[in-house]
Amino acid sequence: MKCREFVDFLVDYLDGQLPPEQLEVFKKHLELCPPCLEYLESYKTTIELGRLACCKHEEDAPPQMPEGLVRAILKARQTGDSQGAPDGRGPASEP
Amino acid sequence: MSEEGLFVSLAGMDAPRTRPLNSEDGEVDEATLVAGLQAGDEAAFDEAVRRFGPHLLAVARRFMGHEQDAQDVVQDAFLSAFKAINNFQGDAKLSTWLHRIAVNASLMKLRSRKRNQERPIDDLLPKFQDNGHMADAAARWAVTHDTAVDSREMRELVRHGIDQLPEAHRTILLLRDIEGHSTEETAKLLDITPGAVKTRLHRARQALRTLLDPHMRGALA
Repeated sequence: MKCREFVDFLVDYLDGQLPPEQLEVFKKHLELCPPCLEYLESYKTTIELGRLACCKHEEDAPPQMPEGLVRAILKARQTGDSQGAPDGRGPASEP
Repeated sequence: MSEEGLFVSLAGMDAPRTRPLNSEDGEVDEATLVAGLQAGDEAAFDEAVRRFGPHLLAVARRFMGHEQDAQDVVQDAFLSAFKAINNFQGDAKLSTWLHRIAVNASLMKLRSRKRNQERPIDDLLPKFQDNGHMADAAARWAVTHDTAVDSREMRELVRHGIDQLPEAHRTILLLRDIEGHSTEETAKLLDITPGAVKTRLHRARQALRTLLDPHMRGALA
C-alpha cells in the first residue's frame, strides 16, 4: 500500500468499515510510515476540532437576534408572508 | 389558570411585543410554551422566536456563510415550524425540533442559491509523488483537542477554516461531523449517493486539515 491509497481509506477506517483484509494492510502501512501516522492523527484532530469549535460557538460568541428579524418573523406569521425582509421592506433576498 | 391565559398581549404599544404573565424569570416551561403556540397565542410566538431564534441563527450562519441568507433561513424555519406546530408531539424537545427544521431550511436555501466563485478544493488536498508517497511529509501537530478546549482563538481559527471550505463540501462536513448524521442520512438529505457523501466528506476534512496545518505545528501564542 502507498500513502495515496492509505489516505483514500481514512473515511472507511474511521467509520470502522474497512474489510478485514484491507484493515490489515492499512495497519501494516501505518507501522512502517511515520508521515502517514502523523497524517492520520492530524486528520482525527481536525474532526475533533471542528466539533469542538462548532459546539462552543454560541458560548464563544452568543448570537444576537436582531430585533428587526424578530418583528419580521412575527409579522410574516400574522400575514402568511414567508418572504418579508427583516426590515419589512419586501423580499429578504432582494438586493 | 387556562393555557390561553398564561400570555398577554401588550396591545397599543409601539412594537408588537408581548410578554408571558406567569414567569418571574422571563421563561415559561416548554409544555406551556407549546400549548400557547398550538393555541395560536401571539405571546407564545414572540417568546419562541426570542428564546430559540439566537440558536437557529447560529445554525443558519454555519450553513449559509452569509448574514442575510442566514436571517432568511431563520424566518423560513420559524414560519414552517409555526405552520406545523400542531403536529409537534413532544417526542423531542422543542429546541431539537426547531434545530432540525432550521437545518432543513438551510439546505433548501442552499439548493436555491446561486453559488459564488469558490477556491478549488483540489488546491487544499494533499499532494503525492508519482510513486504514491506523500510529497510533503505530515508534521506532528502541537495542538490537540485537549489544548484547543481552552483556546477561544483556536476555535475561531477552526470556524474560519470551515467557512472557507467550498459550499458543497462545507455542507457535508457540517451534516456528518457536526450535526452527527450518518452517511446514508446525509445522502438522503442532499439527494446524492452515499459514495459521493464519503468522497466530499473526505475532501472537506483534508482541506480543513490543510488550512489548519500551518497554525497547528507550533504552540499557541
